[in-house]
Amino acid sequence: MAEQVFRILRHRNPGMENIAELDEYIKHGGFETFKKVVTTMTQKEVIDTVKAAGLRGRGGAGFPTGLKWGFLTPNKYPRYVVANTDESEPGTFKDREILTGNPFQFLEGLMIASFAAEANVAYNYCRGEFWELVQIMDEKVAQLEERGLLGDNLFGTDYSLRVYNHLGAGAYICGEESALLNSLEGKLGQPRIKPPFPADTGLYDMPTIVNNTETLANVPLIMEHGADWYKEEGTEKSAGTKIMCISGHAKNPGNYEVPLGTTLRELLYDIAGGIADDKDLKAILPSGASAPMIPATDKVLDTELTYEAMRDIGTELGSASIILMDETVNMAWAAAKATAFFKHESCGKCTPCREGTFWMNSIMKRVEAGKASMDDVNTLYDVAGNIQGKCLCALGEFSINPVRSSIDLFKADYQERVA
Amino acid sequence: MLTEKYPDEVNKILAKYPEDRKRSAIMPLLYLALRDNDHITNDVIRDIAAITGSSETQVEGVVGFYTLYHDEKGGKHYIQICTDLPCALRGADQFAEQAKDYLGCGFEETTADGKITLEHVMCLAACDKAPMFQLQNGKGIFYHENQDIESFKALVDELRSEADA
Repeated sequence: MAEQVFRILRHRNPGMENIAELDEYIKHGGFETFKKVVTTMTQKEVIDTVKAAGLRGRGGAGFPTGLKWGFLTPNKYPRYVVANTDESEPGTFKDREILTGNPFQFLEGLMIASFAAEANVAYNYCRGEFWELVQIMDEKVAQLEERGLLGDNLFGTDYSLRVYNHLGAGAYICGEESALLNSLEGKLGQPRIKPPFPADTGLYDMPTIVNNTETLANVPLIMEHGADWYKEEGTEKSAGTKIMCISGHAKNPGNYEVPLGTTLRELLYDIAGGIADDKDLKAILPSGASAPMIPATDKVLDTELTYEAMRDIGTELGSASIILMDETVNMAWAAAKATAFFKHESCGKCTPCREGTFWMNSIMKRVEAGKASMDDVNTLYDVAGNIQGKCLCALGEFSINPVRSSIDLFKADYQERVA
Repeated sequence: MLTEKYPDEVNKILAKYPEDRKRSAIMPLLYLALRDNDHITNDVIRDIAAITGSSETQVEGVVGFYTLYHDEKGGKHYIQICTDLPCALRGADQFAEQAKDYLGCGFEETTADGKITLEHVMCLAACDKAPMFQLQNGKGIFYHENQDIESFKALVDELRSEADA
């Protein structure tokens, strides 16, 4: 029987009463790992351990974290580490729960990453809507300063570190790392042309690591227990646990932390309790609005939740924002919702995305109003094709996935709606 | 002027960023300005441009780009309902219609008493607790989750009964 494994959502020790409180976190060994890293290890040793653990970016791309850290341009300072808490993908609500429920494990991860990067300043970029949460995070950071866990000459070494929370103000695009850096610099949150990559020319044009909040929350455990322990959960290529956000027609929507490699069936039915009102599941958007939808076939349900296996069935694990849609949902309607989202969130920099999402949305509205023909649906498919591969960042690419996959898999749902 | 009214906060904000990178302070300073303004005025833009050594156009660009900075006068409170796909699957569209009926205004409109502006917004990362909305006003931004029309009415009544400051 598949079950949850708590490493991040409720820390490693189930006996902990309230891990969001600093005393409780410290009582259970919190920040011992940060101290060990700063006082006894070299930067290279930390990076090598994270590499060996096989940790991959939890924000969506699944890029190997240790490898990313190793790309920093040598001898170019100052350097920065930025936590990406812009969590804005429809269906994603894990980073908010990490910051609410286990903030210090995240902060310790951010601090260890900063040491590994030889950064003396780290920023936690949170989406503006997390305003309330950031008031609390500011208090948490102040507590660490009071205890001497942040500040100058930590533990008597020459290493100094400051952490600052920074609020965005409502823009999905700022989850894209170069747009996030522009936003943090006080500019419009629009993506940059890459290369150069942030590891060379990041925040304030200096070498910068940008990691997702959940990724960073994994780091203290890897450094405490070692790479081999970390890999005891998960698969060879997708190591560790992952927080799966289950929303939509779930009986019990919420966050579930399971080993990577758990199948969709185990997660959705054994662990999360199945579909609301015991209806039949029709389709799944496994990575929010951004990845192709998949039909709820036996083959799909028996697929392991890993970066590789999800790609093999034509979609992405992404940030694991799993939106469930039961038999009553018309997928043209679902795709219209996703398209309205991307039309609103396109930053406007690249013409194919700005114009493409606008026209896709216009056609989708016609479909929804029952005023479209199947020719319009074909045009929709064609417009999507003209966005593909023509934009600076992935937003444009994301916008076509729900559209094309819904037409490919559920054409009858469109036929039902056209005039 | 922010530097006169909130000198400590302004200094604290500026201290977070390098000396020569004060432009980073534009966004936090805009939040500070929203404590006393229901929208960003030209005076605020001039003030923040001066503090951060930016041009007024740069500050205005930021105000225009991000959805949480309103550049036109709206209600004293903004109620922003998420009607994105995950919330819609849990009844957010129906909830939003009921909310409109109760307020007597549509999306992107302000109630007749000028107190509340209703907006529909994109995903707020609370999909498991839909229907939900956020309340934005001079005090900050606050989530209201697992809502129904009764809890919505109760909040609206409370906001409407507040004495005008």
